[in-house]
Amino acid sequence: MAKAWVFGDNISTDDIIAGRYLVQRNPKELAKHVMEAVDPGFAAKVRAGDVIVAGKNFGCGSSREHAPMALKGAGIAAVVAESFARIFFRNAINQGLPVLISKEARRGFKTGDGIRVDLERGEVLNTSTGRKFDAEPLPDFLMEILRAGGLLNYLKRMKGKRGLPRKKTAV
Amino acid sequence: MPMTIAEKILARASGRRSVSPGEIVEARVDVAMINDITGPITVEALEKIGVKKVWDPSRVVIVLDHQAPPTSIEASREHIGLRRFAARNGIQNFFDVGEGVCHEVLPENGFALPGELIVGADSHTCTYGAFGCFATGIGSTDMAAVFATGKLWFRVPESMLIKVEGMLRSRVSPKDLILKIVGDVGADGATYRAIEFTGSGLSRISVGGRMTMCNMGVEMGAKAAIVPADEVTFRYLKGRAKWAYQPVYSDSDASYVDEMKCDLSKLEPQLALPHNVDKVRPVREVAGVKIDQAFLGSCTNGRLEDLVEAAKVLEGKKIAPGVRMLVAPASREVYLEALRKKVLQKLVEAGAIVGSPSCAACMGGHIGIIGPGEVCISSSNRNFRGRMGSPEAKVYLGSPATVAASALRGEITDPRDV
Repeated sequence: MAKAWVFGDNISTDDIIAGRYLVQRNPKELAKHVMEAVDPGFAAKVRAGDVIVAGKNFGCGSSREHAPMALKGAGIAAVVAESFARIFFRNAINQGLPVLISKEARRGFKTGDGIRVDLERGEVLNTSTGRKFDAEPLPDFLMEILRAGGLLNYLKRMKGKRGLPRKKTAV
Repeated sequence: MPMTIAEKILARASGRRSVSPGEIVEARVDVAMINDITGPITVEALEKIGVKKVWDPSRVVIVLDHQAPPTSIEASREHIGLRRFAARNGIQNFFDVGEGVCHEVLPENGFALPGELIVGADSHTCTYGAFGCFATGIGSTDMAAVFATGKLWFRVPESMLIKVEGMLRSRVSPKDLILKIVGDVGADGATYRAIEFTGSGLSRISVGGRMTMCNMGVEMGAKAAIVPADEVTFRYLKGRAKWAYQPVYSDSDASYVDEMKCDLSKLEPQLALPHNVDKVRPVREVAGVKIDQAFLGSCTNGRLEDLVEAAKVLEGKKIAPGVRMLVAPASREVYLEALRKKVLQKLVEAGAIVGSPSCAACMGGHIGIIGPGEVCISSSNRNFRGRMGSPEAKVYLGSPATVAASALRGEITDPRDV
C-alpha cells in the first residue's frame, strides 16, 4: 500500500536535498539524503510508490533539479501540495515526477495513511479514511511530458516531429 | 493594449505585438547561464538527447562559483566536465574558478542589459532585473532545451508594483528594504508574479543596491523582479554593455494585480530570523543573540559598497573574541577594488578572514560550514534549515552593516548602536 508522508509549509529545496550533497547527480545517491533536514530518518523509511502530501510553497528556494531527482530516486510517486514554488514545479515535471495542487488534501491526511493519486482526473484518495480530495488537473502538454517520463524522454520521442511540447492551457 | 515592462519584454522575445498574463509563449532568450552546480545536469541532458552543439555559443555563459575552488574530488570532476563542454562548444564566456559569483560576473561583463530576456540555471538569476531586463531562474533540464533551441516556454506572469519613495537613513540599506518587503509579502506572496519597482526613491539607490533588491525577489516566489533602466543604469553600463540594447518601460495605464508602497525614510535595519526568509523583525528587537560566525558576501551583498559599509563599522576596531568573520568578495573586480581602496586591509585588521570570490558560505558547500548549535549572521539571501551547514544551526540574515556590527559585539547588534 502506498503511504502518505505529510509535511508543512515552505519545504525548501535545501530541505529536500542539502547543498553539500549537490556534487552528486545520481538519483539513488541523492535519495540517501532526501528530506534529511526535516526528517533525518525519512530516506530509510520511505518506500517506492509513496506520496508526499505538503502545505504551501513546496520546493521553494534554489533551482537545484537535484531536489525532484532525489525524491524520484527515493521512489516517491507524486507530490501533492497546497501550492508549489515555480521552479520546482517545472523541474518536477521535467524529471517526470507528478506534482498536484490540492487545497484540501493536507488537512485530510496524516503520515502513514494509505493514498491513491489519480493524475488524469485530478483526484487524491485517502484509502485509510475513504475521503476523497480534488486536485487541479494538469494541462495536457504537461501530462504528455509526464507520460513520456520527463522532458528528455519527451524530446527524444518528439525528435523529427516538433521541437518542444505544444502549449494548450495556462499553468 | 497597455503592457507592463515584463509583458513587453516577453512580447518582443516571442515575436508578438502583445501578450497578457496567463498566456503561454515560446520566447527566444538573449542570454543563458549555467554554474558548476546546475550546469553538469544540463550537459548530461544534452548528451542524452543527442544535441552536440549549443544554439549560439556567444549567448551562453558558464561560471564556476558554487564550489570554487573545488572542495572535493567530485566538485573538481564537475569543473573538468564544464571546461571540456565549453571548449567543445566554443563558448568564450567561460568564467573559471576565482572570477566570482555568477550574478556579479554577468552584470560586470555587460550581459545584463535593459529589455533583454535572460535565463539562468540558478534561482537568483532574477538579480539581473536590476538592469531593466526580464531575468528568471530555471532548472537544468529546461536549460538543456534552451541550449538546444535558444527558446523556452514561459507563462506570462501577472505584475505587481512596489513604489519606493524617500531616502534611506544612515546605516540603513537596500537589504533592509528588501527584507522588510519579503516579510510583508511572505515567502509565497509573489509566486509566479513579476515584481516591478518604481518611485522617486529608486534614483538614489545604486546599481548594487538594486541588485540586492531584485536578488531577493525569488524569496517571495517571484518569477522576475525589475527596476526599469534609468541614468544610474546607463552610467554603469557605459563601457560594459556586451552589445546594443533597447530599454523598454511599462505603459502608464498598464495593469497590476497588486501595489504596495515603501517609505525609505521610515525604514530601520531588518533581520530575517531562522529558518524562514519571511520571518522578519527590526534588528533592535532581536539584539543580544550571541553569534559564532558572521558571513559577508554572496550575490546579495558581496559587492564593493557592501564591503565598504562593513569596513566603516569595523575600521580601527577588533571583532569579538570567539567570532569568525568570513568575507568573500563577489568577484575578482570587487576583490581588486577592495584591495586598492584598502577596504580588505581594514576588514582583515579587524579580524576578518577573506576568501576567494565565490558563493562561499552561503549554501554550505564551501568555507565556513557551521556546526550543531551554532549561530551565524549572514549578508546572504537564505536562512533555510541546514543550508549553511548543520540542520541544528541557526542563520539570521541582515545587511552588511548589521553583519559587521554583530561581529564587532559578538551578538546581534543594530549598526546604528555601535
